[in-house]
Amino acid sequence: MATFSGDGLTCLRGETLVFRGLDFTVPDGGALVLVGPNGSGKSSLLRMLAGLLAPAAGTLSWDGQPVAEEPDEHHARLHYVGHHDCVKPVLTVAENLSFWARLHGPAGAAGARLAEALDRLDLAHLRDVPGRFLSAGQKRRVNLARVLAAPAPLWLLDEPATALDRASVGRVREAIAAHRAAGGMVVVSTHQDIDLADPTMLDLARFSARLAPAPRAGAEEAA
Amino acid sequence: MNRFLAIVRRDLRLALRQGSDSMMVVMFFVLTCILFPFGVGPEPNILARIAPGVIWVAALLASMLSLERLFLTDYEDGALELLATAPLPLEFVAMAKIVAHWLTTGLPLLIATPLLAILLNLHPDGFWVLVAALLLGTPTLSLIGAIGAALILGARRGGVLLSLLVLPLYIPVLIFGVGAVDAVIGGFPANTHLLILAGMLVVALPLAPFAAAAALRQALE
Repeated sequence: MATFSGDGLTCLRGETLVFRGLDFTVPDGGALVLVGPNGSGKSSLLRMLAGLLAPAAGTLSWDGQPVAEEPDEHHARLHYVGHHDCVKPVLTVAENLSFWARLHGPAGAAGARLAEALDRLDLAHLRDVPGRFLSAGQKRRVNLARVLAAPAPLWLLDEPATALDRASVGRVREAIAAHRAAGGMVVVSTHQDIDLADPTMLDLARFSARLAPAPRAGAEEAA
Repeated sequence: MNRFLAIVRRDLRLALRQGSDSMMVVMFFVLTCILFPFGVGPEPNILARIAPGVIWVAALLASMLSLERLFLTDYEDGALELLATAPLPLEFVAMAKIVAHWLTTGLPLLIATPLLAILLNLHPDGFWVLVAALLLGTPTLSLIGAIGAALILGARRGGVLLSLLVLPLYIPVLIFGVGAVDAVIGGFPANTHLLILAGMLVVALPLAPFAAAAALRQALE
């Protein structure tokens, strides 16, 4: 049983305190859904979980081991989907995906996984199309197919449903459900609901310095 | 190691598909050198005298021309975030991109050099030393330049800033690169100059990826 947890996380952007004292736990097969108004720190939290942003205070741990001690091990077990789709215009869909799969996953069976990932997100017919001809929604699907093409237990998805049509949202939901059924965990930030089965909701407004002013001196002075 | 090679291969493929970057660098190099006979006059002795310096300065400017885009395209389309969350240290990512940069710009420059050496009437004795000096010097240019390329991410008018940051650091390479050729033409051995160039490469090789990776982390925060 693996668990991914954060304890007392605090996020500073420049001199602004975005959130503080945030705790969460995601068990195997768990889903954590981040909600909150714009600017409440959903993306910042996801970047923090991905190791792109160092927490100003607090620790992230995997099975009780602080992830800051072994950043490469942490990176090997996560997939991060941010705001950008990073599809290279001159590479085909398959080339784009196989690069990320090779960079991320173990060697072997990559071809089969790639084909499966393309199928699952209905991209098989776009396999040899260069990235520059894709629509916004198709690029988004390529980015999500990247997550499927190399196995990793932790998915960090920042607004995965952006630019997707309803059928594609359904496919993403199915993919997440299958990932969780296999013991994977997922952290999603969302405005539009991708309704996941029994998610843990985390409302970032509760931890926000600006949106929920808690009686704690010092933080405001620091800002 | 496989991951390192995967990044190098991807960058080479991107450079080949886009094509224009490498070609532009070589064309810039050739055109800049061609300007000198027009500027200083076609007197063979004068040209032979300034040839090593002209070729080195043009190579230096040409390799800087493509540096701005070294990390910028990946930064803009989000690929850098993913490279930073890939299971290999960011230092290796930076190193892989530097290797690809040298293969797509430094190496073509080296190949274009014989043509320019003839055009500028370089003394035949100096030719092989010039190639050797460029072979040792251009990787150092890519390595040092990568630090600058990582530092300018997120800055406006990064290209101008990059030249201000990087050009002063290129001066030692230039001095010893030209010095090696001049020494041989003057009848002295060039070993010392080449060894110093090699020394600069050996120092830059481990240090530059660390500095570039630190700058990249800063840019990604």
